[in-house]
Amino acid sequence: MAAAPSSSSAVLQSSDEAVIQFDNVHIGFAEGEVLRGLSFSARARETLILLGETGTGKTLALKLAAGLLQPDSGNVAVLGKQISTMEEHNLLEFRRQVGFVFQEGALFDSLTVGENVAYRLTEDHVPEEEIEPRVREVLKFVELEHTLEHLPSELSGGMRRRVSIARALVTHPPIVLYDSPTAGLDPITSQTIISLILRLRDVYGVTALLATHRLQDGFGLANFVFDPATRKVLRVAEGSSETAAMTRFLVVKDGKVYFEGNPEELLHSKDPYLQRFLI
Amino acid sequence: MSETPVQIAQQPNHVAQTLSVSEVLLDAAKRSVFQVQEYSKLCLWSLTNLASAPRYAQDTIAQMDDIGVGSLPIVLLSGFFIGAVMVLQTGAQFERFGQSSLTGDVVSLALVRELGPSITGLLVAGRCASGIASELGSMEVTEQVDAMRAMGTDPGRKLVSPRVLASVITVPLLTTISVFVGLLGGMVASVFSLRLNAFTFWQRAIAILQFSDLMQGFTKSLVYGFILSTVGCYEGMNVRGGTQGVGRATTQAVVVSSVMIIVADTFLTKLALFLADRLF
Repeated sequence: MAAAPSSSSAVLQSSDEAVIQFDNVHIGFAEGEVLRGLSFSARARETLILLGETGTGKTLALKLAAGLLQPDSGNVAVLGKQISTMEEHNLLEFRRQVGFVFQEGALFDSLTVGENVAYRLTEDHVPEEEIEPRVREVLKFVELEHTLEHLPSELSGGMRRRVSIARALVTHPPIVLYDSPTAGLDPITSQTIISLILRLRDVYGVTALLATHRLQDGFGLANFVFDPATRKVLRVAEGSSETAAMTRFLVVKDGKVYFEGNPEELLHSKDPYLQRFLI
Repeated sequence: MSETPVQIAQQPNHVAQTLSVSEVLLDAAKRSVFQVQEYSKLCLWSLTNLASAPRYAQDTIAQMDDIGVGSLPIVLLSGFFIGAVMVLQTGAQFERFGQSSLTGDVVSLALVRELGPSITGLLVAGRCASGIASELGSMEVTEQVDAMRAMGTDPGRKLVSPRVLASVITVPLLTTISVFVGLLGGMVASVFSLRLNAFTFWQRAIAILQFSDLMQGFTKSLVYGFILSTVGCYEGMNVRGGTQGVGRATTQAVVVSSVMIIVADTFLTKLALFLADRLF
């Protein structure tokens, strides 16, 4: 397994203080209101799984957290900043602290994989001699070092997602937002993506929001840990308080939080709606 | 869990919402006003962004290469033949009055003031406004523009301003080349068709031009460059509806920019003639 890239960012320390806070957030479009009072919070180094059917507003919640959209009402605070009222030029600066992995990767199709990953560094005028090793390092982390000169169109869907993760990772942001990272992928590739996210969590200690409609993704993160010493993904004992504290589920229904709890609580829930996810 | 066809069939039908004619017209008017507002904002930002960092010089040069160098073959070809056909048309009329030597004067004025900028503007609009709209539109629907914003880059600075600046610089240059080649075409036609002296044609074509004529042609080409690039960017950045939307935006960019160039031509001509009387 590839080595983890060296972290140069300030890793958030675990605390009860919310790093991402949604407070009664509403947003709608011409077709109607999508989020109808969404409220939740994520603590430092926590992975929050946003689970819900298609069209329930999971992607919207992520875009709100990245400041790509502004809510119609309610507050969104990230890293202690009220981003729901921030001006666009301040948001551009803020977004440099947040990594965003888009559903289809959203790689720049006219740039090579290397240029895609280096994009943020180039924008920040990082010296050329520093860019290449950093790009190689993150590509090695996602096990795609050999694709440096490839165009995104030459890669498979799973590879494009991994490059997208590398691109989000290159500046070592303390928060990473994943929009359905396994959607449309086969089970083996999905597992590769989840183990990458898991390694990011356990090596970097990133705080993450992961939108998905696949329960397996959430349980994959809740039930496994990456051991940096042995460089292996290990299954944790059932009911382990350590991973339970690191991974929480948030089921979104009709634009609101329908369920919030740890994997054990979700697994043993008798609620008929939640049961539909467990089948 | 999705509902079965039986469940769906048993649901009450939604009553179709009927809108009155006035509501439809009001809605269309609101949409039009909104589009004008958004386009005006894009135009303003495309220019104000150039006043402060970050500026994307590399992207601007790449766009100048694409818009300027890329459009050169069509501009050269069309310019040459438009000059030639102008001579054939006007020369035939002047010959009736025994004034063939005036052909150079008329063709020169027509090319510099009107045909050079307009034809170049329309040709570049057809080639580049569509290209800009489809490129930015594809980026929009594949979330590349959002990805750019998510990484802290202002798409207005990175995508719009370089294209507008490149277009505003290259369209006047292309127009200059088009006029020059048009005069060459006119000269060739006058020599072979009207049996005029090439030197006389060229001398008269240059001598008739005044500073106001050059300014008129230059101002028009500058404005056309701005129109075709801003329309292309606006249509591209506002694509909705996937790949079908990209196709629509591409067509719309060519149609809107061409019509705007022709409309702007009328007003610019009137303004140039008004100013020429007073300033030059």
